[in-house]
Amino acid sequence: MAEVLFFIAGIGAVAGAIGVASLRNPFYAVLALVFHLLSLAALFLLLRAEFVAAAQVVVYAGAVMVLYVFVVAYVGGEIRPTRPPNTNRVRFLAFLVAGLLFVELAIATLGSGLKAIDTDGAPLPAEPGFGSPEQIGELLLTRFLLAFELASFLLLIAAVGAVVLARRRGGLGEAADERTAPVREALRPPGTGTMLEAVQGLPHEPVTAPADVHESEALAGRREGKE
Amino acid sequence: MAIGWYLAVSSLVFCIGAAGVLLRRNPLVVLLCIELMLNAANLALITFSRMHGDGDGQIFAIIVMVVAACEVCIGLGLVVALYRRRLPIDVDELRELHG
Amino acid sequence: MSASTAGWVVLLSPLVGTIVLGVLGRSLPGRTAGFVGTLAILVSFIAGVFAFFEIEGAHGEHAQVVSTAWDYAVTAGVDARLAILVDPLSVLMVLVVSGVSTLIHLYSTIYMASDQGYVRFFAYLNFFVFSMLVLVLAANFLVLIIGWAFVGAASYLLISFWYRRTTATSAGIKAFVINVVGDIGLVLGTYFIFKHSGTLDFLGTFEGVKEDFARNDGDLVAGCILLLVGAFAKSAQIPLHTWLPDAMEGPTPVSALIHAATMVTAGVYLIARMHPLFEQAPAAADVAAVVGCVTLLVAGTIGLVVTDLKRVIAYSTMSQIGYMIMAVGAGAYFAGMFHLMTHAFFKALLFMAAGSVIGAMAGEQNLDRMGGFRKAMPFTYACFVIGGLALAGVPPFSGFFSKDEILLLVGDRGGWYMALYVVGYLAALLTAVYTWRMIFRAFHGAPCPEAAELERGHLHHAEVHTNPATGEVEDTDVGFPGAQHHIAERSPEMKVAMGILAVLAIVGGFLQIPWVTHGLESFLHPTFEDSALYERHPSDGEIAFGLILGAGLGLAGIAIAYAIWVKQPGRAVFAMERFKGVHRLFVNKWYFDELLDLLVVRPSSFAGRFFQSTFERVVVNAGFVGAPTAAVRAGSAAVRALQSGFTRAYAAALVLGAVGVALFFLLQAA
Repeated sequence: MAEVLFFIAGIGAVAGAIGVASLRNPFYAVLALVFHLLSLAALFLLLRAEFVAAAQVVVYAGAVMVLYVFVVAYVGGEIRPTRPPNTNRVRFLAFLVAGLLFVELAIATLGSGLKAIDTDGAPLPAEPGFGSPEQIGELLLTRFLLAFELASFLLLIAAVGAVVLARRRGGLGEAADERTAPVREALRPPGTGTMLEAVQGLPHEPVTAPADVHESEALAGRREGKE
Repeated sequence: MAIGWYLAVSSLVFCIGAAGVLLRRNPLVVLLCIELMLNAANLALITFSRMHGDGDGQIFAIIVMVVAACEVCIGLGLVVALYRRRLPIDVDELRELHG
Repeated sequence: MSASTAGWVVLLSPLVGTIVLGVLGRSLPGRTAGFVGTLAILVSFIAGVFAFFEIEGAHGEHAQVVSTAWDYAVTAGVDARLAILVDPLSVLMVLVVSGVSTLIHLYSTIYMASDQGYVRFFAYLNFFVFSMLVLVLAANFLVLIIGWAFVGAASYLLISFWYRRTTATSAGIKAFVINVVGDIGLVLGTYFIFKHSGTLDFLGTFEGVKEDFARNDGDLVAGCILLLVGAFAKSAQIPLHTWLPDAMEGPTPVSALIHAATMVTAGVYLIARMHPLFEQAPAAADVAAVVGCVTLLVAGTIGLVVTDLKRVIAYSTMSQIGYMIMAVGAGAYFAGMFHLMTHAFFKALLFMAAGSVIGAMAGEQNLDRMGGFRKAMPFTYACFVIGGLALAGVPPFSGFFSKDEILLLVGDRGGWYMALYVVGYLAALLTAVYTWRMIFRAFHGAPCPEAAELERGHLHHAEVHTNPATGEVEDTDVGFPGAQHHIAERSPEMKVAMGILAVLAIVGGFLQIPWVTHGLESFLHPTFEDSALYERHPSDGEIAFGLILGAGLGLAGIAIAYAIWVKQPGRAVFAMERFKGVHRLFVNKWYFDELLDLLVVRPSSFAGRFFQSTFERVVVNAGFVGAPTAAVRAGSAAVRALQSGFTRAYAAALVLGAVGVALFFLLQAA
């Protein structure tokens, strides 16, 4: 029975993965990933890691993927390709590299002489139970306390960072921005400071970091100028 | 099932994720493929945890999930910022940081 | 005062003079600077006299006193010391140099009085005397080379004294470049000799010369010939003589001092000082004798046709130095030094008198424009006559005795030296002819306008000052000759200076009258004790024959000159027409300048242009500079290509890196 479930979950995981990597529409890719995550949760359950399976479903498939869905909805699926599709050479190289990696990993994991490869795993401890919340909780608060605290710190920073990244210019502290902006503008050296500019010289119209929202025209103009 | 099978699945998914990162141009999908790789690593961790019989691997996997969440947060924030500024959502187009 | 103390005073006095004049000169009123300079040299002369009395009659070590002030470095076999050698030869040179210098300084206080650079002139002149004294008092090759180089520099400074005149600056550069060629010879020669002797000290080298070198040893001959190159450059012998006529661009006192009495005699002094080396390498000494002989003949022929007053005297200097070089090359050391001394007297006198005439002509130096100054300038005429008689070798003037002594001792060597003997007497005839040509043309005949003006009591003054050679207009306030001109008749200082020299030109020869006095020979004996050629005893018949022949040729030359230029002036023109080719050869100075231009100047400038345009551009800029730059650029471009900005490329690199690391570990574990 376990084998059947394993194969179903395994194939589901691999199918989901392939779906993510190959589906054109990013929305469908997100859905494929959700499917993959659920399969993975099943695999975790088969490995007796109940808490992690639950966390996977709730946190990963539940929260993170929802976030993804929101962003994909906001950004929209790019049906229109901006550039020609991958050339055959790029595809070949990517598959080659990934294939090499797979071969190596296979050799490393399966051919490495791990004695426990063929077994079902070690005998499970009596209590607290393997994979149970008690065990996880105990470990988090004793042995891995530092990692726990650092992880929460990391979450805080990520939240702050996300807010900073996604805010609109002209949202918070507009007056303060405008007062300091001219000074900053004045002190900023021309160009973007890339090596290309240093070697080839500044482009004819001065390029500064975009100060407002509507500068994709500038970018489009530069792209056209180059080609 | 024997431990080896799970490791095989994990490797396979990891490599599919790597191929996806190299092949896809939409940054959202690239981030998704990175998620794939992280999940493959998680699977390997849980597998080894089962192999040893203690919970260290599971804790590691949970922390990995935390990290993945943060990274998704920031990554998506970047994509939103790009979209807001009307820049093309294509990793090949966004190449001003070069030498 | 001991000899060494006197020696140091001799050196330090002009040095102090230079420094005082250089630093404070501007603040001294009027002509004080000139008198300060003269005083400095006078002190030197007095110290020289003290040294003379110390050295005279001394023997052995007391006759050759070495005094060391400072050891620069005595390491690894190189003994570099700041040392002076006070011995009869150097004391003689000190007396001649400082004595004649004092008189010339005195003369210059008036002659250069109206010049803007009056103070600068005396500072330079003092510096020159200091350098010359360093040269003659040197006790080792190092100090000799230092003095040699300083003298060259001083000569350059003084020749291009009127620095705004392009002719003067070109002449200065020419003199300096040829001098540097001589310097190279001197230094290389020193090396060749030092290689075997292991010491830079003169006395040490001379004592060991017979052990260190075989007779006519290759290295010694090479070293001596290189020393000769230095001597020839300094003394204006062929082929390094082309700078001397052009050096007449300097003020007349400079010509008198440097290019008659002192600097050009440095070569003679060098050979006399190095006589042990030359006696051990007779091949080099023979080269010196032959070159001296050739020079005296060639210079004599050119002197017949030049029209610039100072250049006639310059060529006669070259010729007389040729006599001296021939003398010391043939081993007649004291004769050469004797002629050096008398020549200093009458040549300086001639130059001073020439300066007076040029002053009367308001800067004009061309003989063609001069004439009939006899009545207007009697004192100058008398000086010219005395100098001319001495130069022509008419008894009892000094030149007669010294020149005859040289030719006598050269002929006494016998063998092929007889050829030199004959040429020497031939050139003596030429000497008399061209000297008196100059005198007759300048002083006899109808007075030229300037002379007529002067007879009426008014010194000619040019309204517009021009360069006599090119006619270019000059500004008397800036680096050009001053507005006023001075003649001897009107300045007592000039008269005193010239008078003293005239007296010396008359009586100087009495030091060494054959059979009667041996003043110089015995004084110089301690220096030349180790010479095989010094003690010579020619037969009485030879002596008498030489005296009579010399006197006869001198008077004959005067007579010929009289006949051509006074009796019937048309004869000169007729001769010029008749011997056009020869005349052209002489007027073009035997084409030496053109030869040097062809052999040296053109290849050098071609090489310079080639190196600048081609080599510099291609090899250095493109090759040495460009290649590393291009390599670095290419390398960094290659590395920069890694940072393409393509995220996927970076991702691929990451994955490949992971593959590589995994592979490494796999292989390691296997």
